[in-house]
Amino acid sequence: MPNILKITGLEKTYSSGNKQLTVLHDISFAVEKGQTFSIVGPSGSGKTTLLGLCAGLDQPNAGNVELCGHDLNTLNEDQRAQLRNKDVGFIFQNFQLLPTLTALENVSVPLELQGDKGALKKSIELLEKVGLGKRVHHYPSQLSGGEQQRVALARAFANAPSILFADEPTGNLDEETGEKVIQLLFELNKEAGTTLVIITHDLDLANRTQQILRLKGGHILTNERTEVL
Amino acid sequence: MSKNTTWLFKMAWRDAKASRVRLLLFMASIILGISAVVSIQLFSSNLKDNIKLQSKALMGADFTLESKQAPTEREQQIIDSLQPDAKEINFVSMIAFPKNGGTKLVKVRGLEGRFPFYGTINTEPSTASTSYQELSGALVDATLMLQFDIKPGDSIKVGNLTLPISGALKAIPGSTAISTSVAPPIIIPFASIEATGLLQFGSRKEYQFFYKRSDSLNIDQFEKDMKPVLEGEELDLDTHTSTSRRLGKRYENVGNFLNLAAFIALLLGCIGIASSVHIYIKEKLRAIAVLKCMGASRLQSFLIFLIQIAGIGILGGFIGSLIGIGVQTLFPYLLKDFLPFSVEISISAQPLIIGVFLGLFMSVLFALLPLLRTWYVSPLEVLRVDEKASQEPLKVKLLVYSAILLFLFLFSFWLLNNAIYALAFVAATLITFATLAGVATLSINSVRRYFPSRWSFTARQSLLNLFRPNNQTVVLVVAIGLGTFLISTLYFTKDILLAKTDIEQSSGDANLILLDVQTEQREAVEQSIKANDLPVMSVIPIVTMRLHSLNGNLVNDLRQDSTSQVRRWVLNHEFRATYRDSLIGSETLMDGKWTPRLEPGAPVEISISDNLVESTNLKVGDAVIFNIQGVLMETTVGSIRAVDWRQLHPNFTVLFPVGVLESAPQFNVIMTSVSDEIHSAKLQRELIAKFPNLTVLDLRQVFNIVEDILDKVSWVINFMAFFSMVTGIIVLIGSVRTSKYQRIKESVLLRTLGAKNAQILKITAFEYLFLGLLGSLVGILLALLSSLCLALLLFNEPFVPSAIPFLVFLPGITLLVLIIGLSNIRTVLKSSPLAVLRKEG
Repeated sequence: MPNILKITGLEKTYSSGNKQLTVLHDISFAVEKGQTFSIVGPSGSGKTTLLGLCAGLDQPNAGNVELCGHDLNTLNEDQRAQLRNKDVGFIFQNFQLLPTLTALENVSVPLELQGDKGALKKSIELLEKVGLGKRVHHYPSQLSGGEQQRVALARAFANAPSILFADEPTGNLDEETGEKVIQLLFELNKEAGTTLVIITHDLDLANRTQQILRLKGGHILTNERTEVL
Repeated sequence: MSKNTTWLFKMAWRDAKASRVRLLLFMASIILGISAVVSIQLFSSNLKDNIKLQSKALMGADFTLESKQAPTEREQQIIDSLQPDAKEINFVSMIAFPKNGGTKLVKVRGLEGRFPFYGTINTEPSTASTSYQELSGALVDATLMLQFDIKPGDSIKVGNLTLPISGALKAIPGSTAISTSVAPPIIIPFASIEATGLLQFGSRKEYQFFYKRSDSLNIDQFEKDMKPVLEGEELDLDTHTSTSRRLGKRYENVGNFLNLAAFIALLLGCIGIASSVHIYIKEKLRAIAVLKCMGASRLQSFLIFLIQIAGIGILGGFIGSLIGIGVQTLFPYLLKDFLPFSVEISISAQPLIIGVFLGLFMSVLFALLPLLRTWYVSPLEVLRVDEKASQEPLKVKLLVYSAILLFLFLFSFWLLNNAIYALAFVAATLITFATLAGVATLSINSVRRYFPSRWSFTARQSLLNLFRPNNQTVVLVVAIGLGTFLISTLYFTKDILLAKTDIEQSSGDANLILLDVQTEQREAVEQSIKANDLPVMSVIPIVTMRLHSLNGNLVNDLRQDSTSQVRRWVLNHEFRATYRDSLIGSETLMDGKWTPRLEPGAPVEISISDNLVESTNLKVGDAVIFNIQGVLMETTVGSIRAVDWRQLHPNFTVLFPVGVLESAPQFNVIMTSVSDEIHSAKLQRELIAKFPNLTVLDLRQVFNIVEDILDKVSWVINFMAFFSMVTGIIVLIGSVRTSKYQRIKESVLLRTLGAKNAQILKITAFEYLFLGLLGSLVGILLALLSSLCLALLLFNEPFVPSAIPFLVFLPGITLLVLIIGLSNIRTVLKSSPLAVLRKEG
């Protein structure tokens, strides 16, 4: 299978006063199209930084990120935004729904950004698929954590992304709700044939993906294939 | 409209819908600022248009020739050659109503001809405006008739002449209610003036000749052509166009103050916009980062909020303009006593367009800096907050600041019509802004450096709030301080303006002044006063004279000399000088030596007032020759006095020592003090019966009238100041209210951790108390400084600051900030932490 994400010699350094803090050292790996991939590691290992760089939310100090056939170093901010809109989906630990928009409006934003005429119809279908057909006009503050994350799931799949990045998708949910969300995530992923990159502490969740990348102190410890359950 | 544009508008609307309370406060700032500007601009332009349109009716003629003395032969030739259509002689005198013995100081106008040619003399009955000429009757000011219960048909005694009253005079072109308050007008036929016997030596009189010309006459050209003809004569030409220009100028000062108040209201609105949008956008940064994650471009994210702000600006501008149009209809009512004409209010689309445009422009400009953060916010902020990542470059910031300063300058220039004032205003605002920001930063650093670690938990938490990340110290101190600064400056300035027109009076001073007492009447008048058990407090001799030469330069030559620095009025003026051996309370020696009496063989050393020095550039030691009714008198300037003209006491430009003018033809002013109105009326009746030429000035009445006028002026000034203050308060509410969203989460977390309501209240109260106190105190102190500069540099007045800003504004604004701040956390105190946390996301 061709690679949808290819990372080569990635390095990220932050400045704090006069001090330089390198959080990622010479990271290289690849994710195949349609693959489910997880990045695990303890807090401070550089997981979130890596996700930001992979998705084009930030720029590395060294190395390359090739996402969906595009070298991110050659794209400017707006070109990267366009790429995200077309090919990338996101799920965040704290849902990150737009608080001033209803569930339906939140889901339809990526489609509307693409100028999709049937945005609302598609969004309602997606919300029905995640079991929120009756709560489409609710604002995030009127929804429970699990419901908010389901809206986020619907939003992430709205633009039929080629690759979906999920940052601790169950981190803010109880076990039971988290499990339901994960099941939904994998179902939707399977249905859409999307590449899934999950960042998690949860080894059980990581074991449900096809490949696990282990990070520690900004270095890759292992990058192994798993036996998917 | 492209799909992208439609989506941007849709997103702007969706977001605005959910943030409507915050945006409404933001809009209130715009509405008040715009309504103040629109109402004042509209009224000013209506005033100008009305003056222009009614210029002929204001004067009643196309032009007039005016003289303060009986015209000379040459002057009469000029007057006659132009063929006057009407003429008038007027002077101030006492009249009496035989019906009830009432006496009153009035302006007697003897008219001949069909004046006015434009506009009308409004009388009751209306036929009286013409019949008084045929019947040799009098038209008497309507208010005066009411005061003395006089009816048409009753009689009036003017000097030696008793005339029947033909009717009540309600209005005549060129008179205002205020200008006629002290000496209301009485109109009698010109032919009857002689018979009154009031045109005696020393009495002030004015001769006017009215001309009507065809519309084809170019009046400005005519004025130019007449200039060389009138050169050197004591005749003044006044055309209807110059009158309207002068009138326009007279109301310019009122307009300037109103403009200042409007500008302050607008500036307060701008502060409101800047501080509201700053906090509003700060809360939106995370959402913008999410949008960017989903693929929204920088331009799209920026435009969503720009559309929102612009939309509110347009809507606020529109509503503000409508309110402004409504408010301007109040001005003619408020100012009616100051205006010699009625102001027709016309409504056009222009102010509405200006208001909408201004609303749009000011909201976008002042919101631009916070709005630009939407452009620079990184999508990475979804994952972690990195303040530095979303900072706009310094170059962009400087560009926006420059644009704001340019806008402020251009706008104040448009309103004040003076580049230096506009520049000074912008500079003052800038300095205030910088000082406030500096003080706020200094306070943060001081609190951090000398943090009182031993203070109680609540006090420490409050202080921590001042410098923790996302603190609101600088924004709020600047907003509160700038608002207080502008409000206090307006208040102090208002005080200076009102003090300028204030008139001093102390008890025990003379309050009845008898003018035009001829030398041969003097003893008899004094006896009459004493017979009423009243004191003769002072007898002031007055000698009239004109300038003959200044430092050897003849007045006639100075008139021809276009390079002369001497002001024209001095050369034509009839000076009324006095002599005495001491200075009085209203006079202070500024330069030279005061000579009380003439020593034998010594030169005549006179004392001149400071305003004469300004008009002539004379200094101590300069030679001045006066023409005292045909006799030339050589004098030297011995001293210069500062004269407080506000004191209602005869003051003099030229003061002679004793021993010089005693034998010159003179008349007198006698002053006495009367305890009450009854005694005053009795004495006036007796004096006018015996000496009809006397003019009696009852200062108590004048004081009442002046106080009434000042009350009205104060009312207008206070009204506009109030307008600005309301805007200031709305801005304060807006600024403090928006800070709610910064503190609410922290308060909820504290409560979750077990903090009691009282503790949360104390933490919040102490923080807002500090912010309110610091902001308002610095604001008032800066206002004190700027008002002192205004008083000394602009108004040339001593500045005695009012205590009101310290006693009322300081605690008032602090309390207001405290109340709004505490009301912010009401939600936290009333509901469960979970409910709030969910609601606040």
